[in-house]
Amino acid sequence: MRIANHPILGPALETDLICITVDGKELKAIKGEMIAAVLLANNIRIHRFTSKRKEPRGIYCGIGQCTDCVMVVNGKPNVRTCITPVEEGMLIETQYGYGKKGEIDV
Amino acid sequence: MSASIVINGYLSLEEIRQGHGYPSEERFLKGPVAVIECVQGIPCNPCETACKFGALTVGEPLTNLPQLHEESCTGCGACIAQCSGLAIFVVDKTYSETEATISFPHEYFPLPEKGQEVTAVNRAGKEVGKGRILRINTSLKNDCTPVITMVIPKGMSDEVRGMKQIGRGQ
Amino acid sequence: MFKKEVVIVGGGPAGLAAAIEAAKAGAETLLIDENTKAGGQLFKQIHKFFGSRAHNAGTRGINIAKSLLEEAENAGVELWLNSAVIGLFKDKKLAVVRIGRPEKTTLIVEAKNILIATGASENAINFPGWTLPGVMGAGAAQTMINIHRVLPGNRVLMIGSGNVGLIVTYQLLQAGCHVAGIVEAAKKIGGYGVHAGKVSRAGVPFYLGHTIIRAEGENDQVKRAVIARLDHNFKPIEGTEKEFDVDTVCIAAGLRPLTELATMHNVRHELIPELGGWMPLHDANMESSSPGIYVAGDSAGVEEANAAMDEGRLAGVAIAQSLGYLNESKAEDLKAEIRSRLTALRQGSFGEKRLSAKLKIIQMGSAL
Repeated sequence: MRIANHPILGPALETDLICITVDGKELKAIKGEMIAAVLLANNIRIHRFTSKRKEPRGIYCGIGQCTDCVMVVNGKPNVRTCITPVEEGMLIETQYGYGKKGEIDV
Repeated sequence: MSASIVINGYLSLEEIRQGHGYPSEERFLKGPVAVIECVQGIPCNPCETACKFGALTVGEPLTNLPQLHEESCTGCGACIAQCSGLAIFVVDKTYSETEATISFPHEYFPLPEKGQEVTAVNRAGKEVGKGRILRINTSLKNDCTPVITMVIPKGMSDEVRGMKQIGRGQ
Repeated sequence: MFKKEVVIVGGGPAGLAAAIEAAKAGAETLLIDENTKAGGQLFKQIHKFFGSRAHNAGTRGINIAKSLLEEAENAGVELWLNSAVIGLFKDKKLAVVRIGRPEKTTLIVEAKNILIATGASENAINFPGWTLPGVMGAGAAQTMINIHRVLPGNRVLMIGSGNVGLIVTYQLLQAGCHVAGIVEAAKKIGGYGVHAGKVSRAGVPFYLGHTIIRAEGENDQVKRAVIARLDHNFKPIEGTEKEFDVDTVCIAAGLRPLTELATMHNVRHELIPELGGWMPLHDANMESSSPGIYVAGDSAGVEEANAAMDEGRLAGVAIAQSLGYLNESKAEDLKAEIRSRLTALRQGSFGEKRLSAKLKIIQMGSAL
């Protein structure tokens, strides 16, 4: 969920919106914001499933150090979504193990 | 000193009264006055520079607890928004026969409206009654720390230190 | 290969303050940061700082960050953003990956002086369910609400009552989250009483002498957290479990210095628990055991932003002095002023432990 009006940060500014796709679903995003932020704005908190035990993972450190938030972005796996800004037409997919769903069977 | 701040997360009135920031009952009966609820020696002194009447002093070292000089305090409230710890209030026990006012920092949205009835809370966050909003000071000088003045029953003026955040359900 | 007089790794308060001092004195200064914007953790600190006027008391962290960035630009600091320093090799050569470029480029930069100001990272506590989406560092939650303006969840349980736990709890309330409680293993609240006072007035309860024993999930995310009381051996007591209906668990269990680069250059490190763990030694000029390699800020010992800025300034002045841009007497005067400000910050029951730890570091660091 987005914070519309914050007591210290003020109101959300009017900004350029772009379109991205997350697991096939089209979402609006603010140009330049981090992928992880758009996901949270849409209440999406699961980023990937681990290879061995297929366990769900999401944001942990939020600043690019732990790699728990990685997803497949424009076909490339292991992209740290908390520090990668969105771009028009970006394709974001939940990562399964080391790649896309069904791609790698571990 | 101040054992309960680290156990309960809030001070007891007895502990605050032992400090140098609480006005005497005599002074309370003369009009609005600042109440400083800061009891730990941390390096901090923006309250000292906030007061143009010299009613608040810290001196050197910075870890000194702030001292209230109640005879110099006019209860103007300039110090409330300048305290980084949000630990200064202004209480006016002379507002009316039965009511007092408390001015406190409130950095939450939505802000209440003038005249609105809100839930008054004590230091422990316990809902202790109702308050009526008299004034909201959102001057730019306060840098996003609105100072709300609320009317409360006089008997609660040593207890009430804020209002419940609007929209905060359980 | 690039050759620079001064390279500063890390554009947080320590790095920025150092860059400003070095560049102001006339040194050719390059500041490298891996993020899209410099400022380190400062932009997340939306609360008013403590200290004195000289310490920016009463100013919000975000505004201090803005003025540091402006000052750095005005001083002529060269800034490489989206650039990760991935290695620090002998003879003060750095390997830098410029991620922002169309195709990734790795460059080698040789420096006469290097300041490592890479900051710290959050500690983790593991418990069953700690990997569930919804369990995150308190700093991560702070990043989401204060930088990205999104909620990390709706109902939060905060683990840890130091200043980070208390401040982030307050900021989560400001953002519109519900905080069910603050859990602390010790018998006392760890952070400042005034921060505790703010969250108490907001009705957030403290659970001292407790720890989280598990987070339970539903639909692959946190749905519930369970805490228990601890005995005097810090072991959970059976039968004292309390359940919380929360979707987010924030861990505020302290920070530890990021020491990878300093270690690569064989800088002498020591275990200093009071300041976060393993960290590089330094002398009174912030110089490490490797000549020309300086350290400052949280990566030289976890304190807070004001101390980081002053340590950065100290390193910047010392570096400018070593390059001949500041004469001895001017430099010593500036350094004395900064050192006395640092000492003023490290006072009182919270500061004195840090002061003695820093004196110990400087003593050991000077003897190398």
